[in-house]
Amino acid sequence: MNPIIEIDNVSFSYSHIPVVRDINLVIHEGEFLGVIGPNAGGKSTLLKLILGLLRPDAGKITVLGKSPDKGRSRIGYVPQYPAFSRDFPINVRDVVLLGRLGETRWYGGYTQEDRDIAMNALKAVEIDSIWNQSIDSLSGGQLQRMLIARALASKPDILILDEPTANIDVRAEEDIFALLKQYNDHMTIIVVSHDIGFISGYVNRVACLNQTLLCHTTSEISGKTIEELYGAPVRMIQHIH
Amino acid sequence: MTEFLSALANYTFLQHALLACILSSIGCGIIGTYVVVKRIGFLAGGIAHTVLAGMGIAYFMEGSPLLGAVIAALFAAVFISFIKLRWKQQEDILVAAFWSVGMAIGILFISKTPGYSVDLMSFLFGNILLVSKSDLILMMMLDIITVGIVFLFYKQFMAAVFDEEFARLRGIRIEIYYTLLMCMVALTVVLLIQIVGLILVIALLIFPAACAAQFFHSIFKMMLAATAICLLATMSGLAIAYQPDLPAGATIIVTAGVFYAVAIASSRLLKQLQKKSVAN
Repeated sequence: MNPIIEIDNVSFSYSHIPVVRDINLVIHEGEFLGVIGPNAGGKSTLLKLILGLLRPDAGKITVLGKSPDKGRSRIGYVPQYPAFSRDFPINVRDVVLLGRLGETRWYGGYTQEDRDIAMNALKAVEIDSIWNQSIDSLSGGQLQRMLIARALASKPDILILDEPTANIDVRAEEDIFALLKQYNDHMTIIVVSHDIGFISGYVNRVACLNQTLLCHTTSEISGKTIEELYGAPVRMIQHIH
Repeated sequence: MTEFLSALANYTFLQHALLACILSSIGCGIIGTYVVVKRIGFLAGGIAHTVLAGMGIAYFMEGSPLLGAVIAALFAAVFISFIKLRWKQQEDILVAAFWSVGMAIGILFISKTPGYSVDLMSFLFGNILLVSKSDLILMMMLDIITVGIVFLFYKQFMAAVFDEEFARLRGIRIEIYYTLLMCMVALTVVLLIQIVGLILVIALLIFPAACAAQFFHSIFKMMLAATAICLLATMSGLAIAYQPDLPAGATIIVTAGVFYAVAIASSRLLKQLQKKSVAN
């Protein structure tokens, strides 16, 4: 397996308050990596560093052997909170089409191929029937699926999701992870979550982050590591599939 | 009304005024839509008021006030984009500073130019009846530039106004498109100053697009509707102002304001009716 993202001794702080310290992590092609950790443990910061939205104070990150600025065009990103306002006049398909930017021609409107790809992405997340609805009418689950479709529309090699199931119910959560598992056949997937018990059933490796990287095991996470990570025992929730 | 129509057939100044309405409505509909969805009305106001500095200096130096306006507007647009992108914390203060200092500079220069008072009024409140042929040609050029740029970069502008972070990840150079957008706002402001003057220009830039936003949920449809509404507001304002000899700019703004009030009220009413029909 080839390394696809390499994080080498990376530290970052927001105005002198360290957020992540001395992170070393190599993510390989085809992995399904779960990143877990407490709130303010630096999970979203780590993603932003990989995406090149933040620059490390020390250390180096490469994405597909390039700097994050250059490599990130091969990443599909699903943010925790949408950065747009819900009353913006735009429909579902037009949001998904934005994922084609950088892949399609630079001038004028979208091509028929772009529209086909966007519709296929919407079919994959099972919301193609509402493609022409405006985004202010969507439920939390539909919105999340739309964001995943937008990330898929750029045909990425790597899919990065930040708490993809934070705002939706358990059934939709299972659907989304089953879908991701399917995409893992031909995509490297990194998913940030605070729900340890749940993601361990899907991912093949877990990175535990609380400022530093405490562990990354391939097996299931033991109660001891969780205690180490959160500083207190956490009740693992049993999910039945 | 019939009097207005017969005057329209006879007087070239009215024909010019009508052409000016048409030309300015195109820029107003397209750029006004971006201003409304991106909520940058205040920044557009800053640009509009800085224009007086350019007009005043041009007038003092016996150059073309319109050219001075274009230069000052573009300068303000670039600077305000820079503020927005780099000094976000102080955005409101810096834009307010631009707004008032720009105006003050304009007033100083105009006051030192002989015979200023009449012209100051037409800068501030516009004078659609004095639009010349060369003004119309410049307005047409500004329209062609605006439509051309928006056509070329429609996708990039959409990404930049909708979701900056995602646009950046897809390799869109946000700084460039944001500044370009602000420059087009600046050119549109100059277009509209011909009609209603720089104090009232923000209302004309925002009202038609805000009306359209009540009924349309797509940027493209909003642009078309806003253009039509702007055309209707400017032409009917002009017609209403003609016979009682009211100031055309102010009449146009009041007309646009009434349109906006009607649009809000009727969209509310429509929503309530829809709710009722769903309940039944």
